[in-house]
Amino acid sequence: MAETILTHTSQLDRPQGWRGIAADWASDQRAFKNVSWGKAMMWIFLLSDTFIFGCFLLSYMTARMSTRVPWPNPSEVFALRIGGSEIPLILIAIMTFVLISSSGTMAMAVNFGYRHDRRKTAILMLLTAALGATFVGMQAFEWTKLITEGVRPWGNPWGAAQFGSCFFMITGFHGTHVTIGVIFLIIVARKVWRGDFDIGRPGFFTSRRGRYENVEIMGLYWHFVDLVWVFIFAFFYLW
Amino acid sequence: MAEATANGLGQNALHATHAHDAAAVATTDTHQEHPIKLYLVVWAWLFILSTCSYLVDYFGIHGYLRWSLILIFMMLKAGLIVAVFMHMAWERLAMMYAIILPPILVLVFVTMMVFEADYTLLTRMAFFGPGP
Repeated sequence: MAETILTHTSQLDRPQGWRGIAADWASDQRAFKNVSWGKAMMWIFLLSDTFIFGCFLLSYMTARMSTRVPWPNPSEVFALRIGGSEIPLILIAIMTFVLISSSGTMAMAVNFGYRHDRRKTAILMLLTAALGATFVGMQAFEWTKLITEGVRPWGNPWGAAQFGSCFFMITGFHGTHVTIGVIFLIIVARKVWRGDFDIGRPGFFTSRRGRYENVEIMGLYWHFVDLVWVFIFAFFYLW
Repeated sequence: MAEATANGLGQNALHATHAHDAAAVATTDTHQEHPIKLYLVVWAWLFILSTCSYLVDYFGIHGYLRWSLILIFMMLKAGLIVAVFMHMAWERLAMMYAIILPPILVLVFVTMMVFEADYTLLTRMAFFGPGP
């Protein structure tokens, strides 16, 4: 990326490559040389969250592989009747596009945040929150549809009983993550709008001054939610 | 303690006075600014890849072709999100390995559970007979 501008030190005066890994980790100091603690901690939290979702998908795989009963065909289960014909997985596809779009607006919000463009950052973050709320709404619709069709954690009309428990567990946990993300997006957007990061106003909970980097940390969480959906979409809905 | 560089009309003035951070590398926290176009291009690619993976289902492709296509599109999408949207491509290698290596090791767990699931299925078939 030739156009990339690095404010602060553009190049750390440290070794690169494998030698760099050894130098960064072996020193009796902080290992992540040019990453603030807030960002590093968010990454480590996301890593632990990766293991949580990894375990969910893993147990789903084990349940699906070990059952004698045929697994319900997600392509038919999640089909919607639009204009008289069944379109497979259409709701899930729309949800995927909504979540990807929210990731796009979030990435742009981070960018405008570092340019100290308060208005654009806040508007883009609120747009991200709106798209996230749309996603949760569509998921609620999907749950309602499946529950009225008789899907329960202990059984369903089409096949293996484990389908319901896997579905509710995985999409439920993901939906919770999206909901929490929407709430925090609104909180951070309000701070940006008010100019908290420009005047260094102490946060209501930590009493510490925030920086525009908070927008990027928020963005990391939001992109992670999108990332998890990529895996759920592939393994649960398409497989 | 170096003060942040200010770009042009003070647009990029980032006040990074880490008075509390006594580490020797206190003010080397970096952030990147990329042109908006980069994000729009990645966004467009994510749309294209999602459409492709949806079409795999829409056209009813089955068997190994389906699974490999799903996995390829999934990995490409995940890679784009992590590398560009989460800015991992511009982090130092020490950070990349710390975050990306552990999830890859989950594949060991996957392998173990594949054997376990196969065993469970064989046991169930031996006791209850093949599927109802």
